Amino acid sequence: MNPFQFTRVTTPKAAISAVTKESGTYFLAGGTNLIDLMKREVILPERLVDINRLPLATIEKTATGLRIGAMAKNAAVADNELVKKHVPLLSQALNAGASAQLRNMATVGGNMMQRTRCPYFYDPSMPCNKRSPVQAGPDKGRANGPSGCGAIGGHNRMHAIFGASNKCIAVHPSDMCIALVALDATVNVSGPKGDRTIPFSEFHRLPGDLPQKDNTLLPGELIMSVDLPTNRFADNSYYLKVRDRASYAFALLSVGVGIDMKRGTIQDVRLAMGGVAHKPWRLTAAEAFLKGKPATEANFKQAATLAMQGAKGYGENDFKLTLAPNAIVDALKTATKTA
Amino acid sequence: MNDTENLDSELGNSTSSRRIFLKQSSALAALAMTPPTAVAAVNTGIQEKIATALEQMPLRLTINGKVQQLSIEPRVTLLDLLREQLHLTGTKKGCDHGQCGACTVHVDGARVNSCLTLAMTTEGCTVTTIEGLTVGDPATTLLHPMQEAFIKHDGFQCGYCTPGQIMSAVACIREGHANTPEEVREYMSGNICRCGAYANIVNAIMDVKKKGARV
Ligand SMILES: Cc1cc2nc3c(=O)[nH]c(=O)nc-3n(C[C@H](O)[C@H](O)[C@H](O)COP(=O)(O)OP(=O)(O)OC[C@H]3O[C@@H](n4cnc5c(N)ncnc54)[C@H](O)[C@@H]3O)c2cc1C
Ligand code: SF4
Ligand code: FES
Ligand code: FES
Repeated sequence: MNPFQFTRVTTPKAAISAVTKESGTYFLAGGTNLIDLMKREVILPERLVDINRLPLATIEKTATGLRIGAMAKNAAVADNELVKKHVPLLSQALNAGASAQLRNMATVGGNMMQRTRCPYFYDPSMPCNKRSPVQAGPDKGRANGPSGCGAIGGHNRMHAIFGASNKCIAVHPSDMCIALVALDATVNVSGPKGDRTIPFSEFHRLPGDLPQKDNTLLPGELIMSVDLPTNRFADNSYYLKVRDRASYAFALLSVGVGIDMKRGTIQDVRLAMGGVAHKPWRLTAAEAFLKGKPATEANFKQAATLAMQGAKGYGENDFKLTLAPNAIVDALKTATKTA
Repeated sequence: MNDTENLDSELGNSTSSRRIFLKQSSALAALAMTPPTAVAAVNTGIQEKIATALEQMPLRLTINGKVQQLSIEPRVTLLDLLREQLHLTGTKKGCDHGQCGACTVHVDGARVNSCLTLAMTTEGCTVTTIEGLTVGDPATTLLHPMQEAFIKHDGFQCGYCTPGQIMSAVACIREGHANTPEEVREYMSGNICRCGAYANIVNAIMDVKKKGARV
């Protein structure tokens, strides 16, 4: 690992000013992604600001739902009684990710900020626009290895079928984020210019011409907490993760479902997919179709067809064009207990 | 130009190319490999920038019941600290990237991958490794019930993954995640065994759990 300077902070203010002061400074939370990327020389920080002592790990009930601190560990959130009762989808999604050890280390903020698992991104000898943007320079990212996209026309089994660009077809790898986007979460951030709230669906972005930018967080901004509004989905929630082995593997794709059911009819529904796009992918057209309809396989199939509009394979990942609609139908059946 | 001056000029170049970065990191790695006294001697002659980069920072933590007052480089992982500096080689390095669980230790009671834990983040923490699973003189102390069970059930072949498996297994029971073989398989999935001793590992854990021994 490259040498770097290390500072420990105890207040969000000190954390924000430390990363704002000098470029090449990164927050260090659980380290499960950042330290890995530093060992591979994908990211070469000059300074790390250890934010593990910030008092941001509480999980509490608010007037409008739940608030989860950015430094809460993934395992603590997954096992929290409030979370299991009010947002079981989040608990399921978290437990589907990584391993017990990693979930003890990983934080909510770090999970949102984790980088793609595209193998080209991970190998600085390979071309990658995300790691090494075409136009390197201030705000455009820093050159580290050749640019280009190795995955387009290369090995892209894990890659996107929605919203990709000709610069990047990577996916966001988080399971937790699929639950958060489905549950209409909002993200509270604090930065050098003050505090703001970002709807979860606008936190991550599509690659477009700036694949180096994963999200809409501004330089120096610190994720403080995530808010989850009260919902009626707790009884009919399901997180389906399809992967190459039974556990401890990233999703080929995943489906998060929350349904408000009354006497076999879908009053309201939230649907999102992971492993299919550069951001957690909300299936709004399918949701709109299912609202007010009876929970039948025919309706689920119709919803899946709507969800797949605009999907595009890149070769090795063409199987996702079949796997995705099947997974949507499967997840809906399980969530509505009509399987 | 001597080596030190070379390093100076390369570090001074803020838009270092990857090639230079590689050279720079291997040069620094070489420095890191030399004993601390030698580093200190070299340090006096080199530019401030490198000195800062190689700066040793104080770290105080409790490892296996013993308070340790150390001085380390910020980039040292907990795994490397345990193995290279404290010679606690029971904790193994498998992948060094969080993918195998061989490096599993307990930090403040929680099982973690020590290969992805920067040692500096454990300031003030309590660390337990396989060597500290039972307290007392290793010559006379009995094995931990989980160690006994791994022997009884043949929960290993080469043994390389075993310290990590055992640390993980103990935590798995303490967390309350060892109620069924299915649950054990899921919650032990962060520990890979190349020899494939999985079936026996699950048997060992279920045995300890059923007997209700204090872990
Ligand atoms: C072997 C392995 C398997 C995995 N499998 C899965 C999986 O199946 N599913 C899954 O979802 N994930 C998986 N992960 C990824 C894991 O979930 C992430 O590494 C973890 O969530 C990152 O959190 P962290 O706290 O460790 O972040 P860090 O590594 O500390 O930080 C990651 C990034 O986030 C930034 N950051 C951290 N906190 C904040 C904050 N509060 N505000 C602003 N920026 C911040 C850091 O600067 C850094 O750039 C896996 C990881 C490994 C190593
Ligand atoms: S898909 Fe994105 S991350 Fe992967 S090689 Fe292409 S540009 Fe890089
Ligand atoms: S050595 Fe740490 S998980 Fe493999
Ligand atoms: S016993 Fe050989 S790797 Fe597990």
